Amino acid sequence: MKIVVLVKQVPDSGAERTLKSDDFTVDRGSASNVINEMDEYAIEEALRIKEAQGGEVTILTVGPDGATESIRKALSMGPDAAVHVVDGAIAGSDAVQTSAVLAAALGTLEWDLVLCGAEATDGRVQVIPHMLAERLGVPALTGARKLTIDGDSRTIERQTDEGYEVVRADGKAVVSVWDTINEPRYPSFKGIMAAKKKPVTTLSLADLGLAPDTVGLANAYSAVVSAAPRPARQAGTRVTDEGEGGVQLVEFLAVEKFV
Amino acid sequence: MSAPGAARPVAVERMLPTEEATELLGLAAEIADGELAPRAADFEARGEFPREVFRTLGRAGLLSLPYPEEYGGADQPYEVYLQVVEELARRWLSVALGVSVHTLSCFPVAEFGTDEQRKRFLPDMLGGEQLGAYCLSEPAGGSDAAALTTRAVADGDEYRVTGTKAWVSHGGCADFYNLFARTGGPGPEGISCLLVDPASPGLVPQAPERKMGLSAERTSQLAFDDVRVPADRLLGGEGVGFRIAMRALDGGRLGIAACAVGLAQSALDYACAYAAEREQFGRPIAAFQGVGFLLADAATQIAAARSLVLSAARLKDAGRPFSVEAAKAKLFATDTAMRVTTDMVQVLGGYGYVADHPVERYFREAKVLQIVEGTNQIQRVVIARALTGGGPV
Ligand SMILES: Cc1cc2nc3c(=O)[nH]c(=O)nc-3n(C[C@H](O)[C@H](O)[C@H](O)COP(=O)(O)OP(=O)(O)OC[C@H]3O[C@@H](n4cnc5c(N)ncnc54)[C@H](O)[C@@H]3O)c2cc1C
Repeated sequence: MKIVVLVKQVPDSGAERTLKSDDFTVDRGSASNVINEMDEYAIEEALRIKEAQGGEVTILTVGPDGATESIRKALSMGPDAAVHVVDGAIAGSDAVQTSAVLAAALGTLEWDLVLCGAEATDGRVQVIPHMLAERLGVPALTGARKLTIDGDSRTIERQTDEGYEVVRADGKAVVSVWDTINEPRYPSFKGIMAAKKKPVTTLSLADLGLAPDTVGLANAYSAVVSAAPRPARQAGTRVTDEGEGGVQLVEFLAVEKFV
Repeated sequence: MSAPGAARPVAVERMLPTEEATELLGLAAEIADGELAPRAADFEARGEFPREVFRTLGRAGLLSLPYPEEYGGADQPYEVYLQVVEELARRWLSVALGVSVHTLSCFPVAEFGTDEQRKRFLPDMLGGEQLGAYCLSEPAGGSDAAALTTRAVADGDEYRVTGTKAWVSHGGCADFYNLFARTGGPGPEGISCLLVDPASPGLVPQAPERKMGLSAERTSQLAFDDVRVPADRLLGGEGVGFRIAMRALDGGRLGIAACAVGLAQSALDYACAYAAEREQFGRPIAAFQGVGFLLADAATQIAAARSLVLSAARLKDAGRPFSVEAAKAKLFATDTAMRVTTDMVQVLGGYGYVADHPVERYFREAKVLQIVEGTNQIQRVVIARALTGGGPV
């Protein structure tokens, strides 16, 4: 089975993250950038499928030059090759545009399954898997906490707040995963050394036959019009128990609609 | 006040020989931060041996670093391997010590095994799923190891082993044992080295020792009651055992020394963060010279210890004699760890004396490093004899 895993480089969610003050895009220059956490689970799942049934795993990244670092890191976990779409005109693209670039890149590859994280920790819009599947004309199996491949059929347990739903599709599909699906491996020392020799194909918009004026911040369908830093945490309410503490607590919970 | 230990330790400036080594140290630090640091306090408090953590290290290729690639190793110089051990010890001494003991335990086959034995045993030993142990000490003889009394009597194509080995790290949970036993007369020439399968009938691990520290590291006696070991598991020939044991310990001592450097660094990291936050008399205690000088002395001694360890390792990597230099490194680094952990308890005051802060545990853990793989008295004996022309102990 030929699997393509979408990998996005994002600012480390464990560190301070900021938006640029002029255009409100994510400030990638000053951040320490890492593989989007959820994507590591997608890579792990792809490697497990490959280990069980054979095949090939390719990483697909749309991102700036600096994303090479995350690509090498992803390859050190075990995938065979990577495709990096890099073009200055892409900067600031929204989900609609990014899904078009991804779909075009997938058009240059042979694949049976696309795996990706259910969300990226920077934008958190969660729509790329759906948009991409729509563009590719294949089913979207999203938010998986479990994936079973049986011959031509792919079945997921879609994680929901209440439990899970079983969703099945046959043939090619886009599957997005949550961090409940597996435990990603660490790269091995040998894997890190091997990753340096794995092929990384670089593609530009021209290589994909996409016009520069269809992507980028200036042509985006959505725009961030303003942004403000998160307000400092409020002091909270202190309840002093003078015999009525329990009642006051319940009232607080009721007002906040917790009960 | 909040515990500062959650912060990631600052990177140590290292001169590494290759870009490959830099990648390796990065990987070791990543795994140490992700898998060792979050578990150490809990596993130590419960005295649980972290077998799964060793598997994670094994899969990442960290349990075979200084051995040849052709048998599954990573062909790394000792200089690099020891800095990996140091980074692990900085997060969890028991695990780093376990890596050192395992690496030591692969040495007899790697260095003294026949080609056939190497092909047969090494790939599994270095494969990352197995852990080894090294059985030299006995209840009645530690420092005077050449006086060991466990007997291995040749019987057809087997040896029959009877006796008790003491203080075996990984005793009861190892996948292979290097056993040093007497096949001949008294003295070092009568000793041989056998590679023993832990499933051998008659081999009975005893209850784990209840130690002052290193509680997550299992140390047990092993009773051998007429245990049959196939003769093709004899390493290096009869009578070569003591030489194997001493050669293995030369490298092993550097592993212990690297553990000591990592432990001391960890104590210093913690105490520095604490001293910058804790205020008395309206100022951070780090601003008092009496405290700042303790930290400065500790940092200096740690740097000196690290240099000594790496300089001995570079001699070893160059194929030059290094055993006296290894003895000096072990002596200095482990004494440094004891002194530094003692002083870092002092920096925390009363808070240093309670289990809420890890320096209390580091202090207890440091002590064992002055004892294992040759007490620091024995290291001094080795160094003094070399200075005055005496033979080895
Ligand atoms: C946690 C732990 C793990 C261990 N793991 C292993 C292991 O995996 N494999 C293994 O084989 N052993 C292991 N050991 C054993 C360790 O190597 C011995 O404890 C050590 O060699 C000292 O031996 P001993 O305890 O018998 O002390 P002794 O030899 O009885 O020494 C007692 C004291 O006398 C001093 N002394 C002895 N001879 C001299 C001398 N000639 N000059 C000056 N002073 C002297 C010693 O320095 C010490 O202070 C371990 C020990 C511990 C505590």
